[in-house]
Amino acid sequence: MENKEIVIQAQGLTKRFGDFIATNAITFEVYKGEIFGFLGANGAGKTTAMKILIGISKPSGGEAKVAGFDVYSETEDIKKNIGYMSQKFSLYEDLTIRENIRFFGGIYGLDRKTIKEKTDVLLKTLGFEAEADKLVSSLPLGWRQKLSFSIAILHNPKIVFLDEPTGGVDPVTRRQFWDLIYEASNRGVTIFVTTHYMDEAEYCNRVSIMVDGKIEALDTPKNLKKQFQAESMDDVFHQLARKAKRSE
Amino acid sequence: MKLFLAFITKEFKHILRDTRTLIILFGMPIVQIILFGFALTNEVKDSRIGILDYSKDQASQHIIQELDASRYFDVEANFSSPQQIDQAFKEGRIRLAVVFPAHFRHSLFQQNTASIQLIADASDPNTATTVVNYASSILKSYQDEVLGEQTLPYTIQPEIRMLYNPQLKGAYNFVPGVMAMILLLISAMMTSIAIVREKELGTMEVLLVSPVPPILVIVTKAIPYVLLSFINVSTILILSVNLLDVPIQGSLLLLLGESMLFIFAALALGLFISTITNSQQVAMLASLMVLLLPTLIFSGFMFPIENMPKPMQFISNLIPSKWYFFIVRDVMIKGLGFKSVLKESLILVAMTIGFVLIALKNYKTRLE
Repeated sequence: MENKEIVIQAQGLTKRFGDFIATNAITFEVYKGEIFGFLGANGAGKTTAMKILIGISKPSGGEAKVAGFDVYSETEDIKKNIGYMSQKFSLYEDLTIRENIRFFGGIYGLDRKTIKEKTDVLLKTLGFEAEADKLVSSLPLGWRQKLSFSIAILHNPKIVFLDEPTGGVDPVTRRQFWDLIYEASNRGVTIFVTTHYMDEAEYCNRVSIMVDGKIEALDTPKNLKKQFQAESMDDVFHQLARKAKRSE
Repeated sequence: MKLFLAFITKEFKHILRDTRTLIILFGMPIVQIILFGFALTNEVKDSRIGILDYSKDQASQHIIQELDASRYFDVEANFSSPQQIDQAFKEGRIRLAVVFPAHFRHSLFQQNTASIQLIADASDPNTATTVVNYASSILKSYQDEVLGEQTLPYTIQPEIRMLYNPQLKGAYNFVPGVMAMILLLISAMMTSIAIVREKELGTMEVLLVSPVPPILVIVTKAIPYVLLSFINVSTILILSVNLLDVPIQGSLLLLLGESMLFIFAALALGLFISTITNSQQVAMLASLMVLLLPTLIFSGFMFPIENMPKPMQFISNLIPSKWYFFIVRDVMIKGLGFKSVLKESLILVAMTIGFVLIALKNYKTRLE
């Protein structure tokens, strides 16, 4: 990372639900164009932290800025500058590929002409031209995930948040999916991704691992392996996750 | 505005591409009107009756003919002994037996008094009462006919007028009921399901993360259903006027306006349901239990509210469809104006505002 422009900055970010502290004073930075892996077992607090960063949940304490905007007071600006792909497959199955693109392009304020141009490019890149007017429900899961990602970055967001984007997808399609991620990253889009697959953690520039609401490790995969004297990220993750007291 | 249209277009595509929803939307009102109009009716037609005629004179024959000719009765059997009547009731062959004593005509014209025995199967009390009433009215009309113009000095002649519904048609009561039911189902159930479906699919989350104001998402979900509900009101009205001969006595404009008000109340309820449920099944069950059942029981459309115990009468006041049912009945059947349904309208307005406020509060806390 030559150019360390910070796009996400969290300082002691905390979220409490009654007595339960889902996210406990986490502090980290994400740089422009970086692929940042946000790891943790189920219930470690990743989703809660992510919800704060994408502006649909208010933190209980701490500071955070996303794309330069405050998570307390400027969520509307945050929303305009990010893309989001949820772990549930989130396109409309009863609309065609083209209709989905048009709809989601529209809600991010793209005009008709831009949407049309982008649709053509997108269909060509993904090789979906022949299927453009087919209902999304007729597409295989892997295709839908790729489409979903492409739509999430359609409006050229500064940052795209991916919540377990490759769940249930076969290895070949996962590989293709990561090609799309790299491509976006090369164009300067920052990628903030949560995943369960440790091989995917290896693809990230930097990785943070959350255990029981706290960030226990944060570095490049290479350094983390060195630090924990581990063969693989899988190994690193298990060493840390074993310490977890809470599950689900 | 462009955004608004994009959402509406999307919503209509969802509805139009879902055959099941379409069938429910447009089939339900028609099926219900036909069901209630022709199958589920309190009118008793073509009841089978038996005759035991000890007299067999001109008068008794005349009455039997009149009975058989009416659309309420079919003469099933002619008995010769009371035991046969008993047997016929036990076998369920007849609903009513008519017994003429000997010298019926003679008593009637010479002694000015004659009696006829009507025996009804009261294992179903409502039907029994209805059947006896029909028979009595036929007897009375015969009596009037024979008496002609001569009036007896000391008889009380009750003159009965059935106001608003002279033919005592069941349709006058159920058309308003069906309207309340359909509007609730379409506006509340369909809207809540549509919103919850987006939650279930995960698209709601994507929409919330987008810069689109959440209120726009919700409003645009509801609008197509307002339109569809309106089409349904029109369908029901057209069917009831043309097929069931239930006229619209009052102002059509007022009726449609009040329906609009009720549609909003139902939408607010649907919105409320969608904020407390997360799956389509739960939303549907909640709608059926919380909306449909109370509408059937408490609106007064099937069971008279006046007969309910006080606590139940109190509960019925909380059911929006009760008030709408009253409004429709007053405007459509009785032909009353806005002044007489003002109270009911205000209650509906208050309920709508209440539901919207609760729903918005719930909706906000969920986002936090």
